[in-house]
Amino acid sequence: MLCKLSVKNLHRSIKDYAIYFFTLVIGVSIFYIFNAIDDQTATLTIQSIDLEVLDLLSGALSAVSVFVAVVLALLIIYASRFLMKRRNKEFALYMLLGMGKGKISAILLIETFFIGLGSLAVGLVIGIGLSQLMSALVASLFAADMTEYRFSFSSASMVRTVIYFSIMYIVVMLFNGAFVTKMKLIDLIQSEKRSEEIKVKNPLLSCIIFLVAALGLAWAYRKVTGSFNGLNQRTIILCIVIGAVCTFLVFLSLSGLLLRIVMSFKKAYFRGLNSFTFRQISSKVNTMIFSMTVICLMLFVTVCTLSSAFSVRNTINQTVNTLCPVDVQIGINEYEGDFKPTYVDIEKIYAEYGYDITEKFKDHVFVDVYLDPSFNFGEFFGPYQQEVRKQFQFLRFDSPEQIMILSDYNALMELFGRATYTLEDDEFMLVANYINMIPLRNMVLSGGCTENIFGHELKSKYDHCIDGFLDLNLNATCSGIFVIPDSVADKDSRVSNYLFGNYDAATKAQTKAMDSEMSDIHQKVYECYYRDLYTERKGQNMPTFYEGFTSRIELYSNGMGISAIITFLGLYIGIVFLIASGAILALKSLTECVDSVQRYDMLRKLGADEGELNRSLFLQTGLFFLFPLAVAAVHSVFGMKFAISLLETAGTTNTLQSLILTCIILLAIYGGYFIITYFSSKNIIKNRI
Amino acid sequence: MELLKVQNVEKYYGNRSSLTKAIDDISFKVDKGEFLAIMGASGSGKTTLLNCISTIDRVTAGHIFLEDQDITALKGKELNHFRREKLGFIFQDFNLLDTLTAYENIALSLTIQKWPTETIDKAIQIVAGQLGISDILSKYPFQLSGGQKQRVACARAIVTNPRLILADEPTGALDSKSSGLLLERFNFLNNEYNATIMMVTHDSFAASYASRVLFIKDGRIFTEINRGSAKRKEFFDKIIDVVTLLGGDVSDAL
Repeated sequence: MLCKLSVKNLHRSIKDYAIYFFTLVIGVSIFYIFNAIDDQTATLTIQSIDLEVLDLLSGALSAVSVFVAVVLALLIIYASRFLMKRRNKEFALYMLLGMGKGKISAILLIETFFIGLGSLAVGLVIGIGLSQLMSALVASLFAADMTEYRFSFSSASMVRTVIYFSIMYIVVMLFNGAFVTKMKLIDLIQSEKRSEEIKVKNPLLSCIIFLVAALGLAWAYRKVTGSFNGLNQRTIILCIVIGAVCTFLVFLSLSGLLLRIVMSFKKAYFRGLNSFTFRQISSKVNTMIFSMTVICLMLFVTVCTLSSAFSVRNTINQTVNTLCPVDVQIGINEYEGDFKPTYVDIEKIYAEYGYDITEKFKDHVFVDVYLDPSFNFGEFFGPYQQEVRKQFQFLRFDSPEQIMILSDYNALMELFGRATYTLEDDEFMLVANYINMIPLRNMVLSGGCTENIFGHELKSKYDHCIDGFLDLNLNATCSGIFVIPDSVADKDSRVSNYLFGNYDAATKAQTKAMDSEMSDIHQKVYECYYRDLYTERKGQNMPTFYEGFTSRIELYSNGMGISAIITFLGLYIGIVFLIASGAILALKSLTECVDSVQRYDMLRKLGADEGELNRSLFLQTGLFFLFPLAVAAVHSVFGMKFAISLLETAGTTNTLQSLILTCIILLAIYGGYFIITYFSSKNIIKNRI
Repeated sequence: MELLKVQNVEKYYGNRSSLTKAIDDISFKVDKGEFLAIMGASGSGKTTLLNCISTIDRVTAGHIFLEDQDITALKGKELNHFRREKLGFIFQDFNLLDTLTAYENIALSLTIQKWPTETIDKAIQIVAGQLGISDILSKYPFQLSGGQKQRVACARAIVTNPRLILADEPTGALDSKSSGLLLERFNFLNNEYNATIMMVTHDSFAASYASRVLFIKDGRIFTEINRGSAKRKEFFDKIIDVVTLLGGDVSDAL
């Protein structure tokens, strides 16, 4: 009997439950898809990725899954409580008829069980289906070949999904049980009389609250978009807290304020159904200020996370080609004590242990880096030191500038396939590509500067930095190399020696094989060198070593792996946040709509056209969805500025494309919820005559 | 002068196996400036009749003419135009929008008719004066008493100067004092402004304010009585007599 009642209940309130069920299904499938990525990457024949990155990926995904599960659990609890509240009358009837609370709990339990079971089953089927599409994405992200396609199914992911969602549903059941035990018959009956919560807000107070919120936000915006090197963790957290509180205040004040503003335009307000439409929106927003705030913040986080994640990915593909123009860079960096480098002739060391370093290369170049102990950052920047300090709090002005001689530099550039340069005997040029450093460098250079390097007065050939770099890297982080004429250099000031080269290989596979072989040789040479030095010094005062083997393949696979992880996590969190936001708004809109059916009937009796009613409904739903999105958009403009400046440090510049991609995803999910909500609402208020 | 003509109207519910005749061949006329009450027991078909006249429901057979226009032939948008231009509605449960103030509730029926904004305020002030609600216009429905709400609803119905005011059990949710006040207003509008009112009720007291009462039983017209020059009290007694004759089933509504 109870079972029958439950099933009938579900059947009857299918309109209310549809969007809830829909959300659960999406939640389950997303959860499955992202947890299945793990197994999918393992099944794909991926050449360009290390196991470590895979481990990192699976670790990160399971950690984020816990977070996602908490978000989804909160959403489910919110939604089920929300739907429960709408059934007070029904519960009151049960209790009046003498049904015990235990039985009511049992009804709810059975309902939750059926919904849970149904959503899990449907969600898993959809998840397994969509995860095949995900395979393609995985393959493209990890640059794996998809020639042999296999149907992938992850039992681990399925088990995890079932366990997590079972826990969530059990928590929901417990919450429902607690709710039923707490409820009193008198409250249930009285809740029928709709509480008229129309807070007639003082417009002056609203204004003041709004101003306070605007000021708070302006402060936080300025703080994060200003020179971000002045930011420490505490200020950032303060900004986030103030931002969140002010967002709440904005929604608190704006709902009343906007209505006031619209009302002051008498002509517009008293036209057609406008007065009705705006009053409806205002009352809807009024009752969910807190939810609106949460939704707005989730949208904001989504925009920033997704676009940053995509940016990082785009960048890595581009930068590998420009910033790693050759296959490998080999050297041994040795530092004594307080970072005093020692010159290690790499070719000689290799020869010493019986290897010919040049053997495997089609073309190669040896270059040296020089240091002049008396020529350091402080010396270069001179009077501009204060300016530099503002941006780079931790820059050591006593660290010496890197110097290269022109012939080395030109040889390297030829190998890199970049432009070469000429210098007069009394000239130098400055090479850099670190975007935050260049303007500071240019500040000095534009004044036509003369520097004392190795005892020679050299003047800058250009009034700006030349774009270039030395070390193979995924990021443009070369903060400055001074290129000087060969004649000026002091051979004893050499501190590092590198080989740059391209392998003598015809295919990718050969390159890869040679790369790992060379890496092994370097490892051996390095170990031997270290061992001998250890014996020589009897283990005392050992210098610090950096291995100094950087290959393009390695950088690329690391970069790809990390970018893939970032993309996945961004997508995962972003999509979950989007469906959570969409679901809350949709649920609220739909239930509100069910409650308002008689209002629409009344308007019809007053003679309002069907078209006018639909327009009013569209405006209500649209503005309701747009409101948090608009505030989130304003947040995002500044949030993204902050993110971009952070990303630029990491060498990312192409953010527009990512932003567009983010907008597409946002529109697809959030917009999808909006469209479903609008059409279901339209269906609910449809004239039944 | 004849305003409304109901001609052989029938309304059936259900299917062939179980047919319910809610209205079974009803014909009558309403003159301009008349205050007509329709009485009948629950299920006698009086609300169905009102719904058919107000074009909310469709007739199965027969015709209804308002100012010589056959409203049973109207469709879609024409219906909406007809409703908002020719009719005014008053409901038992007021049906005010609780998110709007009294003023905005009244204004809504004008804005739906696309009245110019400048004229709205004047029209509302006039009708508020007539119904004695000028000082409560800025309040929300939940701040008003039942009687006040019904007068606001009444204002909303008459502010557009409709040809015909349809009231469905307007006193149903009011106490006797508020009922009296509301019905006095109906009389006032009827006498002073020549408004045509058609009221459905099962309350003999409310019906006694009308100038004519139509009794309906089982979907047919049972009888009708005219007030003529009689006092309201005398008319009330006459109504009670008919109700008794009808067979007890309405007498419990006293």
